[in-house]
Amino acid sequence: MSQPILHAERSPTGFDPKWGILGISITVVAFLALVPLSYLIWQSFHTPQSAGASAQLTLANYREAYGGRDTLHLLGNSVVFATGTALFAFTVGTILAWMNERTNTPFKTLFYALSVVPLIIPGILFTIAWIFLGSPKIGLINQLLQGLFNTDHVFFNIYSMWGMIWVDGLHYSPVAFLIMSAAFRSMDPSLEESALMSGASVGQIAWHITFKLSWPAVFATLLILFIRAIESFEVPALLGLPVGIQVFTSAIYQAIHQYPSKIGLASAYASVLLLIAALGIYGQSMISRRGRRYVTVTGKGFRPRVMDLGRWRYLTAAIFIGYFALIVLLPFLVLLWSSFQKFYSVPSMEALQNMSLDTYRFILAYPTFAGAVWNSLLLALGGATIVMLMTSVICWVVVKSKLPGRWLLDQLASLPIVLPGLVLGLAMMVFFLNFSVGVYGTIWILLIAYVTRFMPYGMRYNTTSMLQIHQELEDSAQMSGASWGATFWRIILPLLKPGLLAGWIFVVIVSMRELSSSILLYSPGNEVLSIVVWELWEAGQFVELSALGVMFIVALLLLVMLAQLLGRTFGVKEI
Amino acid sequence: MTQSATPMLEVRGLHANYLDATGRTVHAVRGISFEVPEGKLFTLLGPSGCGKTTTMRCIAGLERPVAGDVLVRGEAVCATSRGIFVAPNKRNFGMVFQSYAIWPHMNVFENTAFPLRVSRKRLSGQEIETRVMRVLNVVGLEGLVEREATMLSGGQQQRLALARALAMEPRLLLLDEPLSNLDAKLRERMRFEIKRLQRELGLTTIYVTHDQGEALALSHEIAIINEGRIVQIGSPRDIYERPNSRFVADFVGLANFIDASVEAPEAEPGLYRVSSGCGALVVSSAETLRAGEKVVIAVRPEDLELSEAPATGANVITGRVDLKVFLGESVDFQVRVGERQLLARAHPSLRTELGATIHIRMNPHKCTAIRPDA
Repeated sequence: MSQPILHAERSPTGFDPKWGILGISITVVAFLALVPLSYLIWQSFHTPQSAGASAQLTLANYREAYGGRDTLHLLGNSVVFATGTALFAFTVGTILAWMNERTNTPFKTLFYALSVVPLIIPGILFTIAWIFLGSPKIGLINQLLQGLFNTDHVFFNIYSMWGMIWVDGLHYSPVAFLIMSAAFRSMDPSLEESALMSGASVGQIAWHITFKLSWPAVFATLLILFIRAIESFEVPALLGLPVGIQVFTSAIYQAIHQYPSKIGLASAYASVLLLIAALGIYGQSMISRRGRRYVTVTGKGFRPRVMDLGRWRYLTAAIFIGYFALIVLLPFLVLLWSSFQKFYSVPSMEALQNMSLDTYRFILAYPTFAGAVWNSLLLALGGATIVMLMTSVICWVVVKSKLPGRWLLDQLASLPIVLPGLVLGLAMMVFFLNFSVGVYGTIWILLIAYVTRFMPYGMRYNTTSMLQIHQELEDSAQMSGASWGATFWRIILPLLKPGLLAGWIFVVIVSMRELSSSILLYSPGNEVLSIVVWELWEAGQFVELSALGVMFIVALLLLVMLAQLLGRTFGVKEI
Repeated sequence: MTQSATPMLEVRGLHANYLDATGRTVHAVRGISFEVPEGKLFTLLGPSGCGKTTTMRCIAGLERPVAGDVLVRGEAVCATSRGIFVAPNKRNFGMVFQSYAIWPHMNVFENTAFPLRVSRKRLSGQEIETRVMRVLNVVGLEGLVEREATMLSGGQQQRLALARALAMEPRLLLLDEPLSNLDAKLRERMRFEIKRLQRELGLTTIYVTHDQGEALALSHEIAIINEGRIVQIGSPRDIYERPNSRFVADFVGLANFIDASVEAPEAEPGLYRVSSGCGALVVSSAETLRAGEKVVIAVRPEDLELSEAPATGANVITGRVDLKVFLGESVDFQVRVGERQLLARAHPSLRTELGATIHIRMNPHKCTAIRPDA
């Protein structure tokens, strides 16, 4: 019997290629996470640097930002807005996810396919569409109701805190839906069945078992929603600023868009945002440290289980339909309507006569249009791929390895979540202006900004899935003789695939919609699509903007359908 | 020739820690040493938390021991003093996990082929298929080659996990409680299959279990582990018939324990006369006992011979039937002897009434004297 040769390696000198991959990932993450952040903090304590004067140490920024009584108001507004948005979006998204994954609602496969549609509508277009719908003066809803009841009463005012929460919450509800769906899907159904056998009702099971077992996902989702709402820029800028409801992001935007711009003041505002988000992340890491309790996917196979709702399933189907009307149909139709007009007007017989396709011709001939399409695609696909692969390695270190200091890595990779897009853009801009490596003024600065900005979302998606991979699935690959690389590529990545794919699609879409970082980093020749929309809104070209919006949304829809088709063909069976 | 002298696996002075859920270091393995000759099935048996799984994970290389050596055919795969540690993926040990760890994204064929695909020996597709089909045949899964892993029953998953471990033609097979997730009937059947396979293939196997029935049925040799230390090593018969401590006698099978004190040695070597709560008895001991020493006598229920008619010879005592439990193939009697309850297992043909007098005879060679501090 031939004997395989023993490869004894001495641990202090032996080099394993996994350290190379880990080293590169850790270095890149540390650089991306720390450089803009340090720059932001440094900037908040300094006067602006210019060609003539170097930066001086100062506390004036903080005095200006937090000296006045307005500060409390600003903080209050931001917290109310972000909390309201997160809770509203989470409630809507979770109920829909549960209905979709765990009940026998009719046509639910269709609903799941439709669920990503609202996600793809860029925030700026969604907000503008809701202005067309809910504005007190030109809003369609008010006009219709006023005509119906023959009154001047304003039924629905989008320019208010409730209006802002409504629009932003609706807009982020699909995020909650997607994450909670993945969590519900990967749960061992016998856990629910045993509750059923214990005599629990459908509602009791949903709350005591399904929801409570999904707790890491719940917490991660709420955190993502809160942070996204507090750094959300389009809704506060378009709905809050005109009526004086200021939150942190709009305050930062105003500080930068004064002349001369107050970069230091903006940084001082951002530092409080940083504090709020850091507290949230600390809580999240406390939860995931105890993640082993939540290992719900074992090597044993199981089939998902659905609950029979009886006649109630028609109600759940109706809820789905109503939801899609609010979030997709109405906003899209109002944009579609105005895109056929020469000037913005409410639907009427007269306006129907004036329909034309002039706006579409205008957009297709628009000088920056073709370049913007190319840039947006390149940034979205490239950025998402880099983000998901990089964070899957980082996540493995954080969740599976015993490397000392891995908690620090988790914090680092999640750190950019504290940076609102505007501030990240600003920090990147100033950093690459000062350290000239040929990145500034090119598309690369946008790519670096996107990867940094969306890295935390990659971490969230991958952590949620990684926590649910049983340790023995990896151990057995090692025992089969697989190296770390082979184990990662052939076992971990395929098992992560549902989360990986969902995260990738999510990052592609948020990259396509990205506005707040790009607005400070683009330069002529590398505009992206959302910048073109912003320029048109600023110029008051509403109908042309609507035409671009319609094309933007349709193109994104096709892109997502393609991605889903690819996912279904090459993806794995659900585990 | 020298192969028979060098054991296939040797574990020397193993110490290992692990971090529990609260982050505390638990000293789980406290100096474990044993040898396994080639082709034998060696079982680590003990209650949960005794360190048997940590010991196996140290052999596998999935845990690093803080001290100790693991040698395969005399060659170290782990020697803490010399800084040698061979990564688990280079040890060529097959392992079956408690959860089976079947990869849900692969079918039966791909799960089995995985070790061959990642092997440093480049194998052709033809070769891989031949070897996969061979092991699938061995475990009886040849009809389910294309089946998705998620569509397998528990027993099939178990066979698949075994096939995957065998496909790599390992030097050593590690089985971590492989039967604990199966129902009783299936467990019984798989027990025979594993034994047949192991004996046919002659594969040196380490088996971890907390089930004494499994250990007795399968093993060439058993190590009983308690609180991180080996308490006794021996053949199944040794362990069962000559437990060296109250822990072993209690953990493996059922035993009656009778406190006694040594009076004098008998004429036959290894036999001693003792006085106990059940009267004067003649018992056996592997160790030399001194007169006056306190001992515990362990007797298996099936070694209590019951009869309604008075019996003669050594170790005959009389009691009263307190309780009977009919088990089908046998009847358990609880017999009261003075202040003491003894459990006896008898053939179902014995139908003594409750409360009736009954006579017990115990073969002195089946009464094992154990030092209480052992």
